[in-house]
Amino acid sequence: MALGLLALAAVLLVALTLWRRRSPATLRHIDAYERLNRSVGLAVENGTRLHISLGRGNLFTARGGSALAGLAMLRRLSERTSVSDRPPIVTSGDAPLTILSQDTLQSGYRAAGAEDQYRFSTGRLTGLSPFSYAAGTMPIMHDENVSTNVFIGDFGAEAGLLTEESDRGNSNVIAASDNLSAQAIFYASSQDPLIGEELFAAGAYVGAGASHEASLNVQDILRWLIILAILIGAGLTILGAPI
Amino acid sequence: MRVITAAFAIAAGVIVLLGYFFQVEQLELLRLRLIDWAIIIAAMAVLVGIYNLAAVQLEKIRAGQKGSIYGVVMLLSLGITFAFGLLLGPNNPFVNLAVNAVIVPVEASLMAILAVTLIYASIRLFRRRVDVMTVLFLLSAVLFLLAIMPTPFGALPGNWIITQFGGMLSRGGARGLLLGISLGTLLTGLRILFGIDRPYGGN
Repeated sequence: MALGLLALAAVLLVALTLWRRRSPATLRHIDAYERLNRSVGLAVENGTRLHISLGRGNLFTARGGSALAGLAMLRRLSERTSVSDRPPIVTSGDAPLTILSQDTLQSGYRAAGAEDQYRFSTGRLTGLSPFSYAAGTMPIMHDENVSTNVFIGDFGAEAGLLTEESDRGNSNVIAASDNLSAQAIFYASSQDPLIGEELFAAGAYVGAGASHEASLNVQDILRWLIILAILIGAGLTILGAPI
Repeated sequence: MRVITAAFAIAAGVIVLLGYFFQVEQLELLRLRLIDWAIIIAAMAVLVGIYNLAAVQLEKIRAGQKGSIYGVVMLLSLGITFAFGLLLGPNNPFVNLAVNAVIVPVEASLMAILAVTLIYASIRLFRRRVDVMTVLFLLSAVLFLLAIMPTPFGALPGNWIITQFGGMLSRGGARGLLLGISLGTLLTGLRILFGIDRPYGGN
């Protein structure tokens, strides 16, 4: 069953990516991503900084998925902001994720033809436990002339401290997490919260390419299949049929 | 070089994934070997991460940036605990004291600040946006708090209605969110397996 779902998703992803290369998708309006795209342009223009926080998603667990989605978005953002006077700063609370974030930043700079501008200190490990991570990230938001904070990845309750610090600095907050507690906190403390799988749409909305748009289509198809399976299962249970 | 790293990453990912689905002894051994390597590399990555943390703080101190005194404190604490941990071992009472008497209380105090921060955030929520979802969000939070909070007179009357009926709705919502997140994670993983997204420098 799981292997079948995986195979179906893989086939759909390949087919829809090829299709999306010829016919780009029209994405529905999501306020947070609109604001993110505006903020990126604004940060470059007025010489402020973008801070991207990738959370503490351990790549050996299922939590790593959100961190990888954040890296896909970072790749595109670093390419767009590499010409800025103040390059973006990336923080994370997991060591392998920090190394990947540095690598991704460097790739973005290379793609923009500005590899010599890249500094390894723009990808930072700020702490290895939830609160040390928050405590290490808060001064960066405060001291580094940050105009927009993007929180995307695996966060816990410490997200409340980060959004509070962002609020004190009057900076924009774009926030998404795979953790339900963090989602509730982001819902209460950000202007345009991203809910559930909207986190994984980040790449498509920052122009990361056809495969990201195709991923959204595949997610929609699989979601409908799951809804159908739940309804059939519920119907059979009500009728007393063995499942 | 980029092609080699991509090929190695994709091959490792496919082998580990196949090892989960097919119970072939050779595949299983290869999967476990690859995971062992990854764990060793991740442990080394922690050292690289700590070096990064120290280098950033040193740079701050050298440039005389605002708050660089905290960098000095951080580097001193790091050096002392690291040296004692290395010399005495992680189970030494002195090393344990550094964790239990310093790190745990500091994190607990941050947790206490967080509780106040969250109450403040929920009060400000109506200033941020006023819509049906916001009202439902706050209403359900308050109702659940009332239903589960301890009182001197025991449980509040009718609390089971809130926990059962409200719990049914919130559990359903949470499962829906988790299903969406699982699908997103699946597709993100597939993009990496196909080499479309390469967060390891090859993209």
